[in-house]
Amino acid sequence: MSTLEIRDLHVEVETESGPKEILRGVDLTVNSNETHAIMGPNGSGKSTLAYSIAGHPKYTVTQGQVLLDGEDVLAMAVDERARAGLFLAMQYPVEVPGVSMSNFLRSAATATRGEAPKVRHWVKEVKGAMSDLDIDPAFAERSVNEGFSGGEKKRHEVLQMSLLKPKIAVLDETDSGLDVDALRVVSKGVNDYKQSSDVGVLLITHYTRILRYIAPDRVHVFVNGRVAASGGPELADELEENGYERFLGASSATKEEQPA
Amino acid sequence: MTRASEATGQGPDQPVAQVGGGIIDATDSPVLDVDPGINATSPKLAPWELRFTSYDVEAFEVPRGREEQWRFTPLRRLRGLHDGSATATGRIGVSVVSGFGDAASSDLGGVRHETVGRDDPRLGDGGIPADRVAAQAWSAAPEAHVVTVDEARSEDEPLTVTVTGPGEGQSVYAHVQLRLERHAEAVVVLDHRGSGTVAANTEFVVADGAKLTVVEVHDWADDAVYVGAQHLSVGRDATIRHTSVTLGGDLVRLSPVVNYRAPGGDVELDGLYFADGGQHFEQRLLVDHSVPNCRSRVTYKGALQGAEGGTAAHTVWVGDVLIRKAAEGTDTYELNRNLLLTDNARADSVPNLEIETGEIVGAGHASATGRFDDEQLFYLMARGIPEAQARRLVVRGFFGEVIQKVRVPALRDRLEAAIEAELEAVGV
Ligand SMILES: Nc1ncnc2c1ncn2[C@@H]1O[C@H](COP(=O)(O)OP(=O)(O)O)[C@@H](O)[C@H]1O
Ligand SMILES: [Mg+2]
Repeated sequence: MSTLEIRDLHVEVETESGPKEILRGVDLTVNSNETHAIMGPNGSGKSTLAYSIAGHPKYTVTQGQVLLDGEDVLAMAVDERARAGLFLAMQYPVEVPGVSMSNFLRSAATATRGEAPKVRHWVKEVKGAMSDLDIDPAFAERSVNEGFSGGEKKRHEVLQMSLLKPKIAVLDETDSGLDVDALRVVSKGVNDYKQSSDVGVLLITHYTRILRYIAPDRVHVFVNGRVAASGGPELADELEENGYERFLGASSATKEEQPA
Repeated sequence: MTRASEATGQGPDQPVAQVGGGIIDATDSPVLDVDPGINATSPKLAPWELRFTSYDVEAFEVPRGREEQWRFTPLRRLRGLHDGSATATGRIGVSVVSGFGDAASSDLGGVRHETVGRDDPRLGDGGIPADRVAAQAWSAAPEAHVVTVDEARSEDEPLTVTVTGPGEGQSVYAHVQLRLERHAEAVVVLDHRGSGTVAANTEFVVADGAKLTVVEVHDWADDAVYVGAQHLSVGRDATIRHTSVTLGGDLVRLSPVVNYRAPGGDVELDGLYFADGGQHFEQRLLVDHSVPNCRSRVTYKGALQGAEGGTAAHTVWVGDVLIRKAAEGTDTYELNRNLLLTDNARADSVPNLEIETGEIVGAGHASATGRFDDEQLFYLMARGIPEAQARRLVVRGFFGEVIQKVRVPALRDRLEAAIEAELEAVGV
């Protein structure tokens, strides 16, 4: 049983005109075996939240806490966070030329598991996971994400999740840019891992589409750098119908209440 | 690894990459291997027609450092190779074996290794010196080593030619010629090592239909200075795969020139260099497309790491590609990338493409110099991989496409180990 707690998280980025606050007090708790959807308009800070949890150096936490089972995540280096059981499926996976997918996966599995997986078992495991995600085995010898289509990158993010077996997985727009077939495959990959583990999932998305495949327990509306409303799956239906309009107003009202 | 947008460097005191290209004007004419003292009277000639070559050392003025050809080279560190003051005191060692490393054997099969006088008519088949140091080495080398391959040898049986410096404090002029006769094939490791000061000409004479795969390694001791001209002669439908690896030495300056003798030549020049603090590694390439329907690919990759507070690591890469009017159907692309592992490093990168005919298959160049890509590091670390290991993966990946082309497994292992050792030395 694991818990990711985000408390009053404030994050800024460096811009040409000085630091700019993007996250303005995020509160959120995700437990094992729960799936939380975060929905919000473009630019509301969803990726900033995801990257801040993972420890991207571009983002500076100015206030608040992130705890994994009570441990201070913000004090950990990026690799320590991953080894502690956090995983981020990135919206824009990075190309690493010259590093083969198989070498990368093995290095990552060795690091997160604390020992090198036994070769024979590992090869089988990777093959199986790739085939579950409809990934051509030839990808194992290609450079990490290099020249992959958008859909292929997303499949490989889910592949990594299923091999690295995190306690908490943050999926940042893993659905965007996928056609219906790819969306099904990717969703099945996530659901399979949910079923075979106790993972807690933070599913960041722009559209309700993926929620038809991956059922959320909780839905959070993310506007202007914070959670503007939370509810059950029915909240997603409301968003589908009415959009974010109602929450945009609410958020600018709370903005004025904030101390400068 | 790096993006083209990083190519302009970050300021006057920062590592710089310069990008040339297109048609070169007379005031900034890097294709030119002209000594202004010689050619000042013929300004109407196109730059490459001014490129001066001669066996006679006195035909070249003593470089002073302003010349295009020498402007990046710290002449003080040449120990007199450029001004005639370096007299030969030692001997160069040249040995030839079949196989590489532990698997080597002195039974050369049909391969001949001859030591010949400077008057041997075969010398010069590869090309003619185009700078003063090469001309000096040409006339001052007491003898030349000619290694001839007549037949197609198996890829599994590389030849290893080991060139050993004269020893610390000693100087020497050297001349090596590697000949592949018609339809011959060979994989060759040309392994340079040892100490001392060396100026050399190395000829690669590849006859019609022949195929040479050669890895030229410069793994000199810390004291060594090596200034070498590589003359590559490409026969009709001949193939050359030349990989140049520079890992050690105080100063290493290499000037490969590709001379196509007939149509159908196919040349790939790959390079890998890794410079530490205080080292000066310079590579000046000229691919001279003078005949139709030839192909060239140039891929050079460098990493630099100067220790904090020490002397900077400095690399220079000048890639000149010339497509003359007659060279219709030319297909060429050149690329240079440099990875700055620490702040105390300077990589100069100057690609130049000079095109005299529009009737070509393709021509292009790219150059980029940058630091570690933080996004790549973040991605690897976000998967649990510790930072030091992530950096090593990125560097290995950066060199990967060059290393993969080394077809001698034992040499590939040695080069990979050398890169690992370099990285460990500064704790990357
Ligand atoms: N380096 C940066 N400089 C300036 N603004 C940035 C930077 N990074 C992110 N932002 C801004 O932060 C806001 C949130 O971005 P992001 O977290 O990517 O939103 P989302 O994922 O919800 O679309 C956007 O307005 C974006 O323009
Ligand atoms: Mg986003």
